[in-house]
Amino acid sequence: MSELDALTEARIRDLVPAVIGVLVRRGADFASAEDAVQEALIRALQAWPDDPPRDPKGWLVAAAWHKFVDAARSETSRQRRELAVDAEPPAGQAPNSDDTLRLYFLCAHPSLPSAAAVALTLRAVGGLTTRQIAQACLVPEATMAQRIVRAKRKIEGLPLDRHGDLATVLRVLYLVFNEGYGGDVDLAAEAIRLTRQLVALTDNEPEVAGLLALMLLHHARRESRTGPGGRLVPLAEQDRSRWDTALIAEGVAILQTALARDRLGEYQAQAAIAALHADAQKVAETDWVQIVEWYDELLALTGSPVVRLNRAVAVGEADGAHAGLAALAEVDADVPRYDAVAAYLHERAGDLASAAELYAKAARGAASVQEVEYLTREAARVRQLLR
Amino acid sequence: MKYLLLKHYRGGPTPAVDFPPMDQWTPEEVDAHVQFMRDFASRLEETGEFVDMQALSAEGAFIRYGGQGEPPVTDGPFAETKDLIAGWYIIDVDSWDRAVEIAGELSAVPGPGGEPLYEWLEVRPFLGAEAPKATE
Repeated sequence: MSELDALTEARIRDLVPAVIGVLVRRGADFASAEDAVQEALIRALQAWPDDPPRDPKGWLVAAAWHKFVDAARSETSRQRRELAVDAEPPAGQAPNSDDTLRLYFLCAHPSLPSAAAVALTLRAVGGLTTRQIAQACLVPEATMAQRIVRAKRKIEGLPLDRHGDLATVLRVLYLVFNEGYGGDVDLAAEAIRLTRQLVALTDNEPEVAGLLALMLLHHARRESRTGPGGRLVPLAEQDRSRWDTALIAEGVAILQTALARDRLGEYQAQAAIAALHADAQKVAETDWVQIVEWYDELLALTGSPVVRLNRAVAVGEADGAHAGLAALAEVDADVPRYDAVAAYLHERAGDLASAAELYAKAARGAASVQEVEYLTREAARVRQLLR
Repeated sequence: MKYLLLKHYRGGPTPAVDFPPMDQWTPEEVDAHVQFMRDFASRLEETGEFVDMQALSAEGAFIRYGGQGEPPVTDGPFAETKDLIAGWYIIDVDSWDRAVEIAGELSAVPGPGGEPLYEWLEVRPFLGAEAPKATE
């Protein structure tokens, strides 16, 4: 069997939410429609490389509808009751983009745990298979299948005709973006694709555009974030010539349009900070004063302790390490990466002994093998300066 | 046949070599250690013997059922315990001898001065995998 190239596959997956929408409009409930489309999708991925259809969407609708009817029939005979399902589909109205938008809201419904919302969004909106989602999230396929079943059960009966909470949708998309990549699926690229689609569906809603800009600006630095063997490279040491200038230009343009609408939100503020970093050709050219101002905005918007921590780093760069330490004194020490920031600021302030201790402590509490390695090495580096 | 290679932060037989914590090594020694671990993992992948590798946080606790209507009982964090697992490899190999060979290679990971750490690794056969012969 020949393989589909990634672009063709993405084009097929673009169709998934619309096809689910068609089935729902024809009277299928969301859970069954989504199952049927998933099965049709798996068939399409197998059959299309050798025998591409002339009308991909029509093919998917027909295949999914048949799956749905089959499933409903066997359900009917099992339960010995009538279901209002006809083999001949009623003529659905013209597909409408609102269907896709509603799917975003449904899959990221606030009643769902984050991991479930991520999985359901990737399947029903993203058109990924359960196997791909499982690989990308590093869990067994059966676990992922069950997670999706339970998520669908939880939102069963929720109307697909109302808009939900945009903030939860954005949070779920950002989680997908940060999930990284495992298996053959690049979840960061997938999150960008879905957010791009959401920007169009919401008529350039500033916060949605802000999130897209933030993702693009982060994605632009991806190649430079790891060194040989997967070693972490911090922002200040990254080879800026490896940043993707096209992505940066696009992110900045999208952000400027969003900011011009004068409805600031946390994603726009975060993107503004990312844009200021992207703007500096050398780390020494970074406009830390402006970055601190954006952190102040972000803090006013969110009150988040993580923002407070990052702000302390920026203050340290703008006004010196002692000012940074003073800003750090207002941060809860339980915030993740607190020790790493404290270590950095202490080193900059010339207190190498404390810095070495703090780096070692930060390594013990780090969130990944790469972080442990990086922070251990920092501790070793500072200790060497003490000798 | 699958085997679990357990690496301990603490516990196990008396260390063959006494070495300081890693943050007191030189940066180059840390780099060499990290590189060895990466190469080790990719070698196992190349030979088709790699199944899984995970690193564990040093934080954690023992938990047990607390009785009807009561919350679970917590013992820990582990400050007092003798044994603390740092992480594991799972390998799929042809024999106990091969598992021993691999564990021996892993234990040679370099430490201060580039010298092998001679670190103890606990090798546990999965049920059904060939076990070590009992020694007197």
